[in-house]
Amino acid sequence: MGQKLTIEPVTRVEGHGKVTIHLDDDNNVVESRLHIVEFRGFERFVQGRPYWEAPVLVQRLCGICPVSHHLAAAKAIDIITGVGPDGLTPTGEKMRRLMHYGQIFQSHALHFFHLVSPDLLFGINANPEKRNVIEVAREFRELAVQGVMMRKFGQEIIKATAGKKIHGTGAIAGGINKNLSLEERDFFKNGKDPMNIDKMIEWSKEALQLFKKYHLENKEFVDGFAAFPSNHLSLVRKDGAMDLYHGVLRAVDHEGKKILHDIDYQNYLDYIGEGVKSWSYMKFPFLKNLGKKDGWYRVGPLARLNTCDFIPSPLAQKEFEEFKAYTKGKPNNMSLHMHWARLIETLHAAEVINDLLNDSDLQGTDLVAHGKKCDEGVGLIEAPRGTLFHHYKVNSDDLITMCNLIVSTTHNNEPMNIAVRKVADAMISGQRSIKEGMLNAVEVAIRAYDPCLSCATHAMGKMPLELSLLDATGAILDRKLK
Amino acid sequence: MKKILLFGFGNIGRQDDGLGILLAERMEELALNNGFGLLDFEANYQLNIEDALTISQYDVVLFADAGVNQAEPVMIAKVEPSAQTEFTMHAMDPSFILHLCRGLYDTSPETYIITMRGSEFEFGQPITTEASQNLNAAISMVARLLSEITGVEFAADFNKETLTLNH
Repeated sequence: MGQKLTIEPVTRVEGHGKVTIHLDDDNNVVESRLHIVEFRGFERFVQGRPYWEAPVLVQRLCGICPVSHHLAAAKAIDIITGVGPDGLTPTGEKMRRLMHYGQIFQSHALHFFHLVSPDLLFGINANPEKRNVIEVAREFRELAVQGVMMRKFGQEIIKATAGKKIHGTGAIAGGINKNLSLEERDFFKNGKDPMNIDKMIEWSKEALQLFKKYHLENKEFVDGFAAFPSNHLSLVRKDGAMDLYHGVLRAVDHEGKKILHDIDYQNYLDYIGEGVKSWSYMKFPFLKNLGKKDGWYRVGPLARLNTCDFIPSPLAQKEFEEFKAYTKGKPNNMSLHMHWARLIETLHAAEVINDLLNDSDLQGTDLVAHGKKCDEGVGLIEAPRGTLFHHYKVNSDDLITMCNLIVSTTHNNEPMNIAVRKVADAMISGQRSIKEGMLNAVEVAIRAYDPCLSCATHAMGKMPLELSLLDATGAILDRKLK
Repeated sequence: MKKILLFGFGNIGRQDDGLGILLAERMEELALNNGFGLLDFEANYQLNIEDALTISQYDVVLFADAGVNQAEPVMIAKVEPSAQTEFTMHAMDPSFILHLCRGLYDTSPETYIITMRGSEFEFGQPITTEASQNLNAAISMVARLLSEITGVEFAADFNKETLTLNH
C-alpha cells in the first residue's frame, strides 16, 4: 500500500506551504513535492493604481524583504518615466545601492547566525533542542551578539536610506528622495564600537572562517548533502563582475557553458517561460531555449558566484578565488555551499557599503532624473534569495494595467523540489516511521535556499512545522510536530 | 519610574494584519497629545533577533499584534521566554525574543503580548469594522494595564470624535 509523508510548515493567512513525500508499497520514495503559495493576488491588486505608487505599494507583498520589492519596482518605474536603468543621477543610484547592499548584508547575516551557525557549531546530527540560536547564545555568546549587531547595522542602513522601517519611501520614480547626511555617514563609518563598517567587515571575515573550518572537518557531508547538477541564473555587470543591483541577465549550465548570453532583461519574456503543474500554485520558470524539462535553474548566492567572472571588491574577490578553485573553476552545484557563497556575498556587501560611505556623491543634492514617459518597464534586482523580476504596463492615464512578478522562491521551485527528493532518497526510503533526523534533513535542504514561505503577513496562532506519515487511504501512520 | 516600550508589529498593507502597528501609533499619538512621557514606541513588520537588544533596554515591554482564531476580541497575556524556533528565521515570536534577550543581555523585562482579533488579511487598507472596534477596546485595556504597571492613574476614554488619555 502506498504512503505519503507530509511536512506542513508555517501556515499563514494567505495559505501555506507543505512538503509531500510519496512512497510506494515497498516504502521507496517515488516522488516529492514542495508546495508554496504564490503572489497572484497582489498582481491583480496593483492594477488600476498610479504607477508611481508601485515602489511603496509593493512593500505590502513581503515584510521579510520589502527593500528588494521596493527597489525592483522603482527600477521598473524608472523605465516607464523614461529615465532608463543608466539614467539616474550619481546620488540617486548610489543611495539605492547603499540601501540594497544594507539589505543584503542584514539578511545574509541573519541567515548565517540564526539558521546556519547552530548546525556548524553543534553539528547537523545534534539534538534539535540544541541546534538553535538560543544555544548559540548560551555557549557562544560573543558570536550571537555579533549576529544581532550585524543585522542591526544593516537595518540602520536601510532606515537611513529608505527613510523609515515600514513602507519606506526612499526610492521614487527616477531617483531617490533623500541623500545621506554627513552625520548619518559618520554614524556608519566611525560609530562607537562595534557599530561601524570596519567592525562589520572584520566580523564578516570571521564568519567565513567559521564556515571554512566546519567544511574542512565535514567535507563529505557538506559536499554531498543534496548536491545535484543544475543551471544557474543571475544578473552580472556588463563586464562580468558580480553586481547585485543592476546588470545583464546571464545563465550557465552545470559545466559553466553560457546558456543565456548577457541579455537585456527588458526582453526577459523572450528567454524565460513559466510552467505550471497541477499540484502547485507556484509556477516553474525555465529557459525557453532549453525547454521545460532541461531549462530550470537555480538563483541566489550559489548561482551568482557561478555566473559572475569576478567580484569587484578585494577581500571578497580573494575568497571567490578560493571558492572557484575548490571546483576547479567549474560551477559549484553543492547545495550546502550556498552558505559559503552567502558569506562571501556578506563580505562583499560590507566592502561595497564601505566604498559607498567614502563616496561624496552620497551627499549630492541632485536626486531625481527626468525623461519621456513610456508605457512598459521591467525592473530586476538580485534580492538576498535571488533574482527578482517586476514587470509593469501602464495606460495613458498613468494607471497600471498589468503587473507580473517572478520572485526568487519561484525561480528556485524546481531546485528545491529536487533537493527534497535527494534528501528523501537518502534518508526516508525504506522507512515506515518518521525519525527526527528526517524532518531536520528536509528542513536543512529547503532552508539552504532561504525560501520566503511567509511572504506578506503574519499573525499569532500559527501552525507549527508538521510531518505526517499517511497511507494510501489518508490515515495517519505517524506524525511529528516541531 | 519603570521604562516601558510598546512594540507593534505586522503589515499595515494587509488590512487587519496591521492592528499591532496601529495600536502603537494610536497610543503614541495619545501619549504625545497628553504629555505622557512614560512610554517609548517601536513598530516593524515582524520581530527579529535585533529586537532582543531593543527590549533589553526596558523594564516593561508590551508587544502588540493581530490575532486569528482567538476566543476574545482582545487578549493580553504575560509572555514567558521560550526557545521554540520556527521553520524559517523570517519572523519570530515574542517569547523567543524574550528568551534571546535573557541569553544575550542577562536581562528579562516584564513582557506582555496584546493580540487583537482580525478577520481580513487581503492586500489593501483600511482595517475591517470589527478590527477597528477591537483596536479601540485594546486602547482602553492597555491603558488599564499601564495603570497597574506604573501605579499612575490614567484611562483612555473613547468616543467616536475624540480620544483622550487622562492621567
